[in-house]
Amino acid sequence: MELLWLVPALPLLGFALLTLARRLVRGVAALIGVGSIGLSMLVTLWIAYSFLVSPPQSGAASDTVWSWIALGDFRVSVAFYLDSFSLVMILVITIVGFFIHLYSAGYMEGDDGFARFFAYMNLFTASMLILVLADNLLLLLVGWEGVGLCSYLLIGFWYRDPANARAAVKAFVVTRTGDAAMLVGFLLLFTSLGTLNIQDLLSKAVSQWPSGSGIAIAAAALILAGALGKSAQLPLQTWLPDAMAGPTPVSALIHAATMVTAGVYLVARTHAIFALAPPVQLAVGIIGVATLLIAGFSAITQRDIKRVLAYSTMSQIGYMFLALGVGAWGAALFHFVTHAFFKSLLFLAAGSVILAMHHEQDLLKMGGLWKRAPVAFWTFLVGALAMAAVPPLISGFSSKDWILSWVWSSPAGGPVLYVLALLGVLLTATYTARLVTLAFFGRERDVPEHVHPGGALIAVPLIVLAVPALFLGLIQTPRSLGGVNLFASFVQGVLPEPGAEGPPSTELLLMAVSTLVALAGLVLGWALGVSQARAHLARREAEPAGSPLHRFLLSGWGFDWLYDRAIVGPYRWLARINQSDVADWIARGFAALSRLLNRLLSLAQTGRLRWYATALGIGAVAIVAMVVFL
Amino acid sequence: MRQYPIDYGLVLSAVLFAIGMAGVFVRRNVIFVLLCIEIMLNAAGLAFVLGGARWGQADGQVMFIFILAMAAAEVSVGLALIMRMFHRFKSLDTNEIARMKG
Amino acid sequence: MILLALVAVPVAGGLLGWALGRRSTLVPRWISLVAMVLDLGLSIVLWAEHPAASIGGGPWIAKLTLPWIPQWGIQFELAADGLSLLMIVLTALLGVASVIVSWSTVRERVAFYNLNLCLVIGGIVGVFVALDLFLFYLFWELMLIPMYFIIAIWGHEKRQAASIKFLLFTQAGGLLMLLAILALFFIHGATSGEYTFDYFKLLGTPLAPGVATAVMLGFFVAFAIKLPAVPVHTWLPDAHTQAPTAGSVILAGLLLKTGAYGLIRFVVPLFPNAALQFAPIAMILGVAGVIYGAALAFAQDDLKRLVAYTSISHLGFVLIGVFAWNTLALQGAIVTMVAHGLSTGALFILAGSIQDRLHTRDMRAMGGFWESAPRFGGIMLFFALASLGLPGLADFVGEFLVLLGTYAVAPVIAIIAAVGVVLSAVYALWMIYRTFQGRQAPGRALPDLKAREMAVLAVLAALLLWIGLFPQRVLDTAAPSINQLQAGRTALVVPHGVHRDEL
Repeated sequence: MELLWLVPALPLLGFALLTLARRLVRGVAALIGVGSIGLSMLVTLWIAYSFLVSPPQSGAASDTVWSWIALGDFRVSVAFYLDSFSLVMILVITIVGFFIHLYSAGYMEGDDGFARFFAYMNLFTASMLILVLADNLLLLLVGWEGVGLCSYLLIGFWYRDPANARAAVKAFVVTRTGDAAMLVGFLLLFTSLGTLNIQDLLSKAVSQWPSGSGIAIAAAALILAGALGKSAQLPLQTWLPDAMAGPTPVSALIHAATMVTAGVYLVARTHAIFALAPPVQLAVGIIGVATLLIAGFSAITQRDIKRVLAYSTMSQIGYMFLALGVGAWGAALFHFVTHAFFKSLLFLAAGSVILAMHHEQDLLKMGGLWKRAPVAFWTFLVGALAMAAVPPLISGFSSKDWILSWVWSSPAGGPVLYVLALLGVLLTATYTARLVTLAFFGRERDVPEHVHPGGALIAVPLIVLAVPALFLGLIQTPRSLGGVNLFASFVQGVLPEPGAEGPPSTELLLMAVSTLVALAGLVLGWALGVSQARAHLARREAEPAGSPLHRFLLSGWGFDWLYDRAIVGPYRWLARINQSDVADWIARGFAALSRLLNRLLSLAQTGRLRWYATALGIGAVAIVAMVVFL
Repeated sequence: MRQYPIDYGLVLSAVLFAIGMAGVFVRRNVIFVLLCIEIMLNAAGLAFVLGGARWGQADGQVMFIFILAMAAAEVSVGLALIMRMFHRFKSLDTNEIARMKG
Repeated sequence: MILLALVAVPVAGGLLGWALGRRSTLVPRWISLVAMVLDLGLSIVLWAEHPAASIGGGPWIAKLTLPWIPQWGIQFELAADGLSLLMIVLTALLGVASVIVSWSTVRERVAFYNLNLCLVIGGIVGVFVALDLFLFYLFWELMLIPMYFIIAIWGHEKRQAASIKFLLFTQAGGLLMLLAILALFFIHGATSGEYTFDYFKLLGTPLAPGVATAVMLGFFVAFAIKLPAVPVHTWLPDAHTQAPTAGSVILAGLLLKTGAYGLIRFVVPLFPNAALQFAPIAMILGVAGVIYGAALAFAQDDLKRLVAYTSISHLGFVLIGVFAWNTLALQGAIVTMVAHGLSTGALFILAGSIQDRLHTRDMRAMGGFWESAPRFGGIMLFFALASLGLPGLADFVGEFLVLLGTYAVAPVIAIIAAVGVVLSAVYALWMIYRTFQGRQAPGRALPDLKAREMAVLAVLAALLLWIGLFPQRVLDTAAPSINQLQAGRTALVVPHGVHRDEL
C-alpha cells in the first residue's frame, strides 16, 4: 500500500506538466494526459491485486503523506485511507477515467484547447481520487471542492459562448450552497467529537451519540445537504441539465460516472451517522425517490440527447439515494459501479452520435442511425438495456433488483416506496426506449450526408466499456438466480448488510414484477418515440409549442423558474439598487453638511471692501458697547 | 484766551470721525475712501491733542505726531496701491475689485 | 538592531533615491528595489534564525529599547514576535512587488513616488514592531501621509476626493486612538505613579469597567476603520479604486493588516474584560462585513471596486476570528491576514494591468479575454479561486480555522459566516465570467502578461499554494505569541468568573 499516494499524484503531475509547459504538440499533450491516468490505473490495479492477495490486518490501510495542520487538538494530515469501499471507488474512477481520457484524445482532436482540456481532466481525476481516498473530512473537502472546480472549468470549457460560462457558474454556485451547509456540518462534528478523521469520527459518534439525538440529526442533515448539491438531488438538482454544455467526455466522466456520485460516496462513508439519525435517513430515501420520479418525467420530454441522459443520471442517482435511505449501503455502491460503466458508455456513445451528426444534439433531427453509426448503436443499446434494467446479463438489472428487493423488505422501506420505485423503473425504461427509438430507428430525418462517428480512439473505449456494462451484473446476482455474492461480501466489512432479504419466493415475484414493468416501459417508450418522430416529420416547419404540462416537464418542473424568482432575482435586484453602498450615506451626509456650511459662510465673503469695513465698524461698536454696558 | 469745555472738542472729533466712517461706508471711489480714512485718523488725532491739553501732558502731541507719520505712510502705500489698481482695472470703484469672494 | 534596520532601510533607500533621482528615473527605481529586497532579505534572515520563538522565554524574538523622551515616559522601543515577524515578511514581500509593478506604469515624478512608496513601507514595518504606544502612534500617522500622496498624485480620475476621504476617515480614527492612548497614559500614571507609554507596563492597567469600555472603543474604532469593518468601510472602495496599482496593493495587502494587527496586539490584551463584553458586537460587525462585502462585490461594475469589496468580506473573517479569541480562530485570523495580503494584492496587480492595457476598469466593456490572453486568464482564475477559498490554497486554511474556532464559541456567527463561502463563489466566478469568458469584443483584445508581471505573480501564487498545503510553518511562527496572548487573557478573565457563552 506504499504506492497509494501515487494514485492521485500521477494525474496531478499530469496536470502540472500540462499547465506549466507552454506549447505542447498535440500528441505529447495527449500522451501526458492519457498516460498519467493510465499509469494511475496500473498502480490501482496493482494495489487491488495486493489488497486481494494479502488483505491488511484490520481490513484497511492508511498512508500519511505529511502532516497538514496541527494546532493543539486539531490535527489533520494529508493521509490516504484504503479499504474495500475506497478500493472499489478508485478502481472505477481510474478504469472508467482512463477509457474516457482515451476517447477524449479522439473526440477533442482539432479543438484549440486540447492541452487545456487534458489538464482539467487530469486535475479532475486527481481531485476525485483524493476525495475517495481522504482519511479525514478536511482532505475530503479538498477533493470535493477540487472536483467542483474542474466541473466548473470543463462545463465552461467552450468559454466563447456566454451560456456555457453561465452554466458553469451556476453549477459551481449551486453545489457550493450544499457545500456551505456541509462545511457547517464539519464544524459541528469537530466541535462535538474533537476530530475530523473519518474512522475516529464514526466510532466516536456511535459511542457518544444516542440514536435519534438532535446533534446526530443535525450532523447528518448538514452532510446530506452537501451530498445533495454534488449529486444533483432535489432541491439542488437544477445545475446538472445545464452542465451538459461541456464537451461530451466531460459529461461522461464528471456528470455521470464519478463526481455526481460523490454525494452517494459521502453518505455511504458516513453511514454510521445516518444510521443514528433515522429521520434524516428517511429523508434521504424520500429525496431519492422524488428525484427519481421528477427527473424521469422530465427525461421523457427532452429533445436534446444529452439532456435526456442528464435527467437519467439524476434519476439513477435517485436510486442510489433511495438505497441509502433504506440502509442498503452495498446496493447503493453496486449501483454506483454499474451506473458508472453503463452511463459513461451511454454518454460516450452519444458523443459518437453527436460527432456523426456534426454537433447536432436534437433527437428529433436524428433517426435511422443504427446502420450509419453501428458501433455507437450497439454500444448504446447495451448501455440502454443496462439502464432500463432488462435481465438477465445486463449489469443494471442486478444492481437495481438488489435495491428494489431492499426497498421492499427493509424496515425503513415498505410498499409505498416500493411502488414509487417501480414507477421509476417504468419511467427509466420509457425514456430509454424513446431515446433509442428516436436516435437510431425509423427514417433518417435531418441526418447529414457524410457521418463521421469517429475513429479507433472512439470505438475502442466504447467496445471495452460495453463489456462490464454487459457482464458486471454477474458478480452479484439475486439468490434465485445463482446467488453470487462476490461484491456484497467484498465490501461487507465497511458497508455491513444485515440479512434482511425476504424468502426466495417473494424475491422471484418481485423480480418478475419489475421485469414486466421494465418491458412495459420499453414498449411505451418505443411507441412514444415512433409517434413523436412521425409528428415531427408531419409538421417539420411549425414546431409545436407543446401543452403546458409538456413545457412544465421540459423545464425540469420549473425549479429554475422558481429559484430565479425566489433567490437569484432578488439578490441581483438588491445588488443593483445598492451598487453605490448604503453605508456610504453616512460619510456622504457629513460631506454634504460640510458643503452646506461652506456655502452659508461663504455668503458673507462678498469681496466688497465697503461691506467688510461696515462689518468691521459695527463689530467695533458692538464690542465697545459690550465693554461699556456689561 | 477763552477756555472752551473739552466736550466741545470731543464732539467735534466724534463728528469728524463719524463723517469719515460714513464716507468709508458709502463712497465707492477708492480715493474718497482714502480721504475719509484720513479724516478718521485726524479725528483720532484731535482727540489725542485734546486729551493732552486737558491733562497738561505731552503724550497727546507725541501720539499725534505718530499718527501723522503713520498717515503719511498709509497714504503713500495707499496711493501706490490705487495707482496699481487703476492701472489694472481702469477703475477706482471698490465694487469692481470684489474678486476675492467665497 | 535588526529591527531598527528593518524600519530604516526602506526609509533610507527612499531618501537616497529621492536625493539622487533628480535627473534619471532609473536611479530611484533601482535604489528602492534594492532597499526593498534588502529589507525582505533581513526579514527572512530573522525568520530563518527564529523558526519558532522559544516558548520557554516568552514569544519575543528581538527587542530594542533606546531612551527617547524620558520626561514623558516615551521610549524608542521596538520588539518583534512571531505575529510581527509574519507581517514584516509580508510587508517586505509586497514592498518588492509594488516597486516592480510600478516600474513601467509610473512615469511622472518617479523619484518622489518611490520616496513615498519607501516611506509607507517603512511606516508599516514600524507599526508592526513599535511597542511604545507613542511611537506606535507616530508610525501609524507616518504611514498615512505618503499613502495620501500616492493616491492624490498618481491616482486615477477621481483621486482627489478619494485621497481626502481616505485621509479624513483614518485621521478621525487616529484622533480617537490618540485620545485613548492619552487616557490610558494618565490613568496608568495616576494609579501606579509611573507615567509611561510602554506597552508592557500598560498591560494589566486596572480600569473601571465603564472607563475600560470607553478607552477600548477609542482603539477599536481606529482599528475598525483601518480594517475596515462595516459600517466604516466606505473609504476603502474609493481609495482602492483610485489608487495606482502599487497603492492598491499596499492598501489591501498591508494597511488593512495594521488594523487587524492592532486588534490582536492592543485591543484585546489591554482591555481583556471590556473586549470580552464587546465581543458579540464585534463578531456581528465581522459577519456583517463578510456578507455585505461579498454582496456588494457582486454588485460592482468596476473591477478594482469589486476587488476592494472582497477585502471587506475577507477582513470580516479576521474580525470574527480575533474576537472569538481561541487558538484556532486566532491562528485562522493570522493566516487569513497573510493569505488575503497575497491573493488580493495579486488581484489588484491583475486589475491594474488590465487598466494599463485597456484604459478602463469597467467590466461592461470587457469579456472574452481568454482568447487573447490565456496566461492572464489562468493566473486571474487562480487568484479568484484563492479568494473564494478553494481548499488547498491559503485563504481556505485561514477561513476554515476561523470558522472552526468561532463555531466553538458562537455557532450562529459561524453558520452565517459560512454563507459567505457561497457568496464569495458568486462574486469571484462572476468576475471571471465578465472579464475572461464570453466572446471578445472586436478591437478589445487584451495583450497577455509580460515576463516581469508573470514573475511577481508566480511568486505570490507559489506562496499561496505553499501556505495552503504546508501551513504549519506559519502556524508555528505565530503560535508562541498566541499562547502568550491567550495566557494573559485567561489569567485576567477567569478570576472574574466571566465565561464565553453569551452567544
